Amino acid sequence: MPKTKSKRQQQIEAVALYPVDWLEERSGLIGGLRYFLFRKVPAETNWFHTLGSATLTAFIVQAVTGVILAMYYKPSAELNPETGKPIAYESIETITNDLTLGWLVRGMHRWGASVFIILLFLHMGRVFLFGAYKYPRELNWLVGAVLLLMAMGEGLTGYLLPWDQTSYWATVVAININANAPIAGPFLGDFLRGGQEIGSETLTRFYSLHMLVIPGGLAGLIALHLYLVVRLGITPPPWTKAAGGYEAQPNGGRPARTGLVNPSPRGNGNGGRERRES
Amino acid sequence: MADELERPGENGESQDPAAHLPAPSIWPFGFALGVALVLVALIISSWVIVAIGAILALVFGFLWIRAATREVRATPPPEPAALTADVEEEEGEEDDGEPRLSRSLFLEGATLGIGAAIGGIVTLPSVGFMVLPAFLDQEYEQIDLGPLESYPRDQWVVAKFRGTQAQPDGVARRTAYIRYNGQQDGTPSFTILSNRCVHLGCPVQPQGLTDEEAQMIETEAGGVELFKMAPSGFGCPCHGGAYDIEGNRTAGPPVRALDRYKYSIHNGRLRLDEPYSVGKVKGTGSDAQIAAYDLVDPGQHVDGPEQFFYPYVP
Repeated sequence: MPKTKSKRQQQIEAVALYPVDWLEERSGLIGGLRYFLFRKVPAETNWFHTLGSATLTAFIVQAVTGVILAMYYKPSAELNPETGKPIAYESIETITNDLTLGWLVRGMHRWGASVFIILLFLHMGRVFLFGAYKYPRELNWLVGAVLLLMAMGEGLTGYLLPWDQTSYWATVVAININANAPIAGPFLGDFLRGGQEIGSETLTRFYSLHMLVIPGGLAGLIALHLYLVVRLGITPPPWTKAAGGYEAQPNGGRPARTGLVNPSPRGNGNGGRERRES
Repeated sequence: MADELERPGENGESQDPAAHLPAPSIWPFGFALGVALVLVALIISSWVIVAIGAILALVFGFLWIRAATREVRATPPPEPAALTADVEEEEGEEDDGEPRLSRSLFLEGATLGIGAAIGGIVTLPSVGFMVLPAFLDQEYEQIDLGPLESYPRDQWVVAKFRGTQAQPDGVARRTAYIRYNGQQDGTPSFTILSNRCVHLGCPVQPQGLTDEEAQMIETEAGGVELFKMAPSGFGCPCHGGAYDIEGNRTAGPPVRALDRYKYSIHNGRLRLDEPYSVGKVKGTGSDAQIAAYDLVDPGQHVDGPEQFFYPYVP
């Protein structure tokens, strides 16, 4: 890079930066993004720390492919009078066999579902083994536990949608397992089935849960999860030599939290709020 | 407005001494309610309610004007008694011991209250619509299973039929295992077992040979297929539950005996009524002693201490 920029370069730079400045002035989003991308993380951050963003990527893949599949899938248990097959099952056949690249997108969604769950568990194992669920990150562990349950809810509701024998009977068994919970179980079973028997209401309500209710909750909780990650900082691995607690920042900026192996004394009398004012 | 009212405690910290605040009053609410009643009543053409609303609006309007002009008429303002009771310590500006509903507190309460009301009006019917249809108006349809002569004495048959008209054909198929036990006290006795495994709901299968040829019976509800069979018991393919021919559990994870169907005879034809759950069956055939319970989901205990896990069943 030349040290002095030519006039033309300066012009180009100004043109390129204008919309960025415009947005920053009115929203502060650019500064937020810069903070998110360039915040300090512990030196020992390693590949295990990528499992969380890998899980997020898997979720995004599921969301995108799911939206596209919803353009072709028909959640109806009625029989097509010409072929005698349920319309839902036929639409899955059409996606898989007839539509261009449908096999690929459905395959991504189908296998991506397993990838999502597997990555969730790996991520959870990393958090557990690194002790990253400890103070002050307990709340994020709880949010993650709810995310895991919702992801498994996605698995349950999505499994029924092909409306074939496997999915039907697997859902019969799964709903009856839910219905065996003490006290609330019978009500949960009737709610999931939409009545006393599994039928077309079950399919439509599972479709709604699968593509509207649970993904909405997942997206919101993922946002909260990420907010807490950024606010509380990344946990270094257990073998870190770094001292716990907050580092003093020469510039007075918000410090990155370092090791929890030697955690800072619990609480500093003001619930950790001094960081914002420093 | 010639409103010279000074709030008690106006000499306090943050108040602008020059500000003239109207006295808090509930009369405008009554006035607004009256006007709203009139408008609603005009829409639904109920002259009685129009009259009530008009009276309300007039009375409260009069009271409101009276309260607002009290200063001009130089009478001391009375306390709005209804609103003073529960806000005593919320604001520090009362120093004469006479609590008032402060403006900010009133606005806060109004925002929360109106917000909650709007939220409730929108949310409650939606949640009700989401949840209630699964629990209300759930009825089993009665199913015609054909003339009694189709069921020879002591002969087990598999009956396949359409269990409900409310579902598309594939999902509506039901299977029952039926045996005619002969006459008992002058009425025909049947044993009719549901094929729903009481472990987790998979379809149980007869253990033994089943005829491949079906006997078709014409009914209004789409016909019944009967297959003769000679089972030694019933078994579930999913998790290995096993039952004897009376439906009692003999092995595996099921927690009670197979569900049964009630039945009735109409014009010489067998009619299937609603199913019920069974704890245990003693004896066989028409002599069977059946511990009957209301139908519950698979896996739920109907007897023994575990029944108390399910105190309420919808």
